[in-house]
Amino acid sequence: MTTVHTPERIRSLADLEAVRALRAGDIALRHAEAVNLAEAPEVQILVCSGTGCQSNKSMSTVEALQAAVEEHGLTDRVKVVPVGCFGFCRVGPVVVIHPGQTFYCEVRPQHAPYIIRDHVLGGKPVQALLYAPNPREKQRIEKMMDQPFYKGQHRTALRNCGLINPECIEEAIAGDRYFALAKAVLEMTPAQVIDELKRSGLRGRGGGGFPTGRKWELAAAVEGDTKYVLCNADEGDPGAFMDRSILEGDPHAILEAMAIAGYAIGAQHGYIYVRAEYPVAVHRLEIAIQQARERGLLGERIFGTDFSFDIDIRLGAGAFVCGEETALIASIEGQRGLPRPRPPYPAQKGLWGKPTLNNNVETYANVPYIVLYGAEAFRSVGTHDSPGTKVFAVAGNVMNTGLVEVPMGTTLRDIVYGMGGGIPKGRPFKAAQTGGPSGGCIPAHMLDIPMDFESLTAAGSMMGSGGLIVMDDLSCMVDVARFYLQFTQDESCGKCPPCRIGTKRMLEILDRIVEGEGTMEDLDELERLAQGIKSTALCGLGQTAPNPVLSTLRYFREEYEAHVRDKHCPAGRCKALTVFRIDQELCKACNLCARNCPVDAISGEVRKPETFVIDPELCIKCGNCAVVCKFNAVVH
Amino acid sequence: MINLTIDRRPVSVEPGTTILEAARQNGIRIPTLCYLKEINQIGACRMCLVEVEGARGLQTACTVPCTEGMVVRTNTPTVREARKLVLELLLSDHNIECPTCLRASNCELMQLAHDHGVSQIPLQGAHHEAHLDVGSGAIAVDSSKCVLCQRCVAVCREVQGVSAISVTGRGFESRVSPFFDVSLSEAACALCGQCTLVCPTGALTEFDETEAVWRALLDPNKHVVVQTAPAIRVSIGEPFGLPPGSVSTGQMVAGLRRLGFDQVFDTVFSADLTIMEEATELIQRLQSGGPLPLITSCSPGWIKYAEHFFPGVLENLSSCKSPQQMFGALAKTYYAEKSGIDPANIVVVSIMPCTAKKYEANRPEMNSSGYQDVDYVLTTRELARMFRQAGIHLPDLPEEEFDSPLGIGTGAGTIFGTTGGVMEAALRTAAAWLEPDSPSPKIEFQEVRGIPFQVREATVSLNGTSLNVAVANGLAAAGWLMEQVSTGQKDYHFIEIMGCPGGCIGGGGQPIPARGPEALDEVRLARIASLYTIDERMTLRRSHENPAIQQLYAEYLEKPGSERAHQLLHTHYHARVPAGVRRR
Amino acid sequence: MTCSACKGITPDDPRFAELDAFIQDGHSSADFLIAVLHRAQQLFGYLPEEVQHHVAAALGVPPSEVYGVVTFYNYFTLTPVGKYPINVCMGTACYVQGAGRILELFEKELGIQPGQVTPDGLFSLDVCRCVGACGLAPVVTVAGEVHGKLTESDALKLVAELRERAAADQAEAGAAVATVGGESQ
Ligand SMILES: Cc1cc2nc3c(=O)[nH]c(=O)nc-3n(C[C@H](O)[C@H](O)[C@H](O)COP(=O)(O)O)c2cc1C
Ligand code: SF4
Ligand code: SF4
Ligand code: SF4
Ligand code: SF4
Ligand code: SF4
Ligand code: SF4
Ligand code: SF4
Ligand code: SF4
Ligand code: FES
Ligand code: FES
Ligand code: FES
Ligand code: FES
Repeated sequence: MTTVHTPERIRSLADLEAVRALRAGDIALRHAEAVNLAEAPEVQILVCSGTGCQSNKSMSTVEALQAAVEEHGLTDRVKVVPVGCFGFCRVGPVVVIHPGQTFYCEVRPQHAPYIIRDHVLGGKPVQALLYAPNPREKQRIEKMMDQPFYKGQHRTALRNCGLINPECIEEAIAGDRYFALAKAVLEMTPAQVIDELKRSGLRGRGGGGFPTGRKWELAAAVEGDTKYVLCNADEGDPGAFMDRSILEGDPHAILEAMAIAGYAIGAQHGYIYVRAEYPVAVHRLEIAIQQARERGLLGERIFGTDFSFDIDIRLGAGAFVCGEETALIASIEGQRGLPRPRPPYPAQKGLWGKPTLNNNVETYANVPYIVLYGAEAFRSVGTHDSPGTKVFAVAGNVMNTGLVEVPMGTTLRDIVYGMGGGIPKGRPFKAAQTGGPSGGCIPAHMLDIPMDFESLTAAGSMMGSGGLIVMDDLSCMVDVARFYLQFTQDESCGKCPPCRIGTKRMLEILDRIVEGEGTMEDLDELERLAQGIKSTALCGLGQTAPNPVLSTLRYFREEYEAHVRDKHCPAGRCKALTVFRIDQELCKACNLCARNCPVDAISGEVRKPETFVIDPELCIKCGNCAVVCKFNAVVH
Repeated sequence: MINLTIDRRPVSVEPGTTILEAARQNGIRIPTLCYLKEINQIGACRMCLVEVEGARGLQTACTVPCTEGMVVRTNTPTVREARKLVLELLLSDHNIECPTCLRASNCELMQLAHDHGVSQIPLQGAHHEAHLDVGSGAIAVDSSKCVLCQRCVAVCREVQGVSAISVTGRGFESRVSPFFDVSLSEAACALCGQCTLVCPTGALTEFDETEAVWRALLDPNKHVVVQTAPAIRVSIGEPFGLPPGSVSTGQMVAGLRRLGFDQVFDTVFSADLTIMEEATELIQRLQSGGPLPLITSCSPGWIKYAEHFFPGVLENLSSCKSPQQMFGALAKTYYAEKSGIDPANIVVVSIMPCTAKKYEANRPEMNSSGYQDVDYVLTTRELARMFRQAGIHLPDLPEEEFDSPLGIGTGAGTIFGTTGGVMEAALRTAAAWLEPDSPSPKIEFQEVRGIPFQVREATVSLNGTSLNVAVANGLAAAGWLMEQVSTGQKDYHFIEIMGCPGGCIGGGGQPIPARGPEALDEVRLARIASLYTIDERMTLRRSHENPAIQQLYAEYLEKPGSERAHQLLHTHYHARVPAGVRRR
Repeated sequence: MTCSACKGITPDDPRFAELDAFIQDGHSSADFLIAVLHRAQQLFGYLPEEVQHHVAAALGVPPSEVYGVVTFYNYFTLTPVGKYPINVCMGTACYVQGAGRILELFEKELGIQPGQVTPDGLFSLDVCRCVGACGLAPVVTVAGEVHGKLTESDALKLVAELRERAAADQAEAGAAVATVGGESQ
């Protein structure tokens, strides 16, 4: 990577613009329309270096591409650039070639020579590496933006992810980073910054949806020489990884936003609390902070003004509850991450007893955009009460899992069947869980629900951090509720009895139900406990822990009743309540099930359907046979 | 003032007052479990939930400050249901064995369940198994009765500055435990028992030795003598409904005789003896140049703390044993000889305000009589139980006198039971010795009288010698003072330290106030006042005037600091593992 | 037990000096407790009593509180982990993609439950909640390295590979010992 030395320390807007000018061309190229690559004056090969792709050895792919470039003597014309997560980690390592946005999937080092020879030199995309929306069909899609996964997206928070080299501050600046900070510090008063934010209607993306501008205003109003700005990068919702993606792909966005927050509320210091499970994000942040300090964008007298601000990183250590802001504060102070009651709110008494502002990563990622382009631009997408976009981490039984950023109010159907590409094997959609362990299920009849704060809450779920788990008809809703409750029970800090003991009791009831030992009274008790815990628990963890149970009870009560009354799990997930057998009427004797049974419990002669049987003694009820049978002949 | 409405009644309070305190000031008692004013306001137990108009969800009255115009409801169906659910949940993970539990008579959990009409515990499931730690021989820990209110942790940290215990683990596995879940006996714990005073349940109690004492009393071959610490006489009435601080010396003596003790003696006697030895030591050290300051050593909680946390000051500690141990050593030597009883058959029982005294009596070096000097130590609470078992209702008894000679004491020995008392007693005698010709020797030294939780300093001038003295009570204060001394920031000649807030009257073995820990401050002050009243009314107010002590020296010990005195009445200290770590 | 981590840690263990260097490098106040414990665990592999007491004394935090912190956070471990610590993600995305089955498979193949170490000290098994590679669910990490889209046969292959690697390491070490032995004759 070449480093450019003008100007060393950025002291003015002009300095900043000079740095942007250096790399503006690179960024423009990455937005450019297709041209014949063989004739393009410059080619950039973007390789994902996010956690997902790195785990698929994308860094070896980078090396192989670089080697191939060198081998062909193309170093002047072709640049290999590691960039952040594209959100479509499932098909990684992802490689995108500009100009032309050709999107390659699962690019291994051995593919590098073909990409250089056929594509860069020959001008013909390597068909085999292109994205295939349906693995069984030949159809390939070349351009990133033509893929259903990217088509409906609107990228604000993720705008630089997959576009810039996150370890290069100059590329970040070319991607407009620090221009919002410059504008705030040089042209706006703190009150104006807060006002802009308030008018934007931005609401916290960390779960609560609290109006961000209002929060800043409160923190600004508290008297105090020492205040703190925190960034909550604990990203606890298992299955959600948008914060990780932003930190890895565009770390300067967070630094910039925190500095703006510092300016707005009168704080000089910030802390980013990152979960220890994100080593790549931590590493990128460390580099970004170092570079920003070197360039004078953090530290004393930013842009030559009286405003000084610096940021440090603090690591979590594996406790979901530390995402709760008062627990997070305790953890930064080096203690057990126990939440404490509010009031006093962190804005009044936070870190070390000082006024403290805390926001989520994705919330911060929206801030520079709002400051730079104005509240109206931000409000131009989304709904009235939930303006802007939201990143969802789509997972579960859906073709395209990954991160999608869409305008608030986009329907669940658009996400699942549009970007998500529908449910594998054409199975029916049963429900989607949003809001992680604090949220609830959206049933099939509500597929057209607009995904915004109000609608999700009204449906008995919540936005949460944007986890979106899609479930097909083979998912058991009791099992799902049990899974989430197990999670919250494991993660309860133990401070207050409703959560420490109450969720344990709920879990025990659910355990009984999935074991076939539940009673109808258990269902009432479950509901009574759920309501009671919601109103008595100390913090959000306990207060929302019963939500998955309540919402599944609300929409899928008959499934609970089937478990309790009929001792039957309709989805065939709960082992104690499921017996797999082969319906010989339907069986075509293809032997696929037998080949997929891990314990050889299935026997039968090929082409003799009447011979196919499952030995109930051997069967471990893994359900593989039911999944693989193309004729739905395995029943339970 | 802030004006608000609680249960439809207008109320005005100082700014910063919590809803809970505001309600209490106005006669509404919101139930609490984890609350300890200013020490533990953490909102953990959820018992104090109330409705606040406009607030999202129920609020904990113990943490939320009153605001102007606030409308609070403390007794609505929602609130009652919420509290009841919390209690049901707590009880569903509780080793319920009330009839056999040491706290049955004043268990806050049982009381709350009763008050809130918890008539059944519908919830079943995993619960913490009984796990008893009695390794210390002083404090019994039963985590299966713990409600995780953290009051013990807070007291140990805030009041005692020891932090021997913390909440460890997480979620359902949370527990209160020392470092690495060792037994309290292997932790850097003072065994002061302050935690047992604030525990709302039977999870932390004194280690009960009443059975062993009953056995000794019933053994026809044993001659069982009992000594009672000065602080007992002003607290033993409380479990029998007498107001805090009631003086019940005579009834207590009568009660002990009825229990079957062969001789009823007074630790005040050996407190006076301690002064003789300690004042001598002080004068010697002043004359021979040290090591100074001399620090008192009659509080075993403080001694154990110093051995863990301040091994550097051990040489400053007075080598005098505590009055309890001096008594034990003399009971099995001097008294045995005098009364012609084989010391092997003498059983010495102490009634102490203190759990650390149990531990002290078991220290291996405490055997200078050739036997274990003190056999059993009972706390005030255990004595009250024995009285009840024996059908003795203390207030009904006539007043009786201690036996002699080990039952004779002075006012100086009596005030040993309060912070500042040892200092004052020592100064009384020192003044007499240093100013032998003074026409009106100074008796009261108000300037060193301790105040609970406070460190007091004074400069006392005795016949031209000016003494810098300090008095600390509670181990947090002790730790602070020792820090000052060991870093050379303060220069003292003489320091008194008592391990418990207020001194022994606030000891970890004392009766738990009927109103719970919130009454502790008030009770401590009442007990202190009573000790000073006893002292005032006595004719003998200086230790060296004690005729029994004079006789003891004449007949047996020769003079203070003699070789025999040293052999029987003095001891040594050693650094203890694990080393304590003080919060920086 | 033959694994080196169990031999006990003496106060003159050179790793204490490294830890102290880290503490003195601006991490000596109580609020750095978690950071210091991270460093300690990196150095020692786990957080035994001696190490926790050392940290307590160095930061001026009562040992019971250090222990309270260690036992609160999942990341900290009181027992040595295996040479190849296997962590099965049981986060939502992984769970719905069959992480439960993968876990069962490891349990069976290794003969241990989560939280345990194989008798040969080679593997330890644990579960975690999301490493942020949810797009690749189900995910397993081995000594911090992420393995995504794991099928049951991938899982078995992984164990076999690691066993081979360990055997190769051992053979190499054995060969070294043999040569040394040979020379001494
Ligand atoms: C149990 C629990 C876990 C939470 N985890 C997170 C988290 O991982 N990340 C996050 O940003 N907010 C989390 N929150 C929400 C935070 O407490 C806080 O509201 C948020 O960080 C505020 O930022 P925002 O206003 O920008 O959303 C959690 C809350 C609770 C109760
Ligand atoms: S609700 Fe749960 S996580 Fe929150 S304070 Fe209570 S026990 Fe802890
Ligand atoms: S459920 Fe699993 S174990 Fe049972 S027969 Fe089918 S594939 Fe085999
Ligand atoms: S996979 Fe289905 S059709 Fe094929 S043998 Fe098995 S049950 Fe029959
Ligand atoms: S602690 Fe209270 S509720 Fe528990 S057994 Fe003892 S008396 Fe009963
Ligand atoms: S006191 Fe009466 S009601 Fe209570 S247990 Fe005894 S006999 Fe039963
Ligand atoms: S006995 Fe004293 S030092 Fe020990 S845990 Fe209790 S309060 Fe702390
Ligand atoms: S031991 Fe007693 S005081 Fe301590 S937390 Fe448990 S119940 Fe509360
Ligand atoms: S002050 Fe009294 S009660 Fe407290 S530890 Fe010392 S001797 Fe015991
Ligand atoms: S990590 Fe490469 S696309 Fe997400
Ligand atoms: S007394 Fe208020 S929460 Fe415990
Ligand atoms: S016990 Fe002797 S006076 Fe305290
Ligand atoms: S849920 Fe397994 S990596 Fe996120």
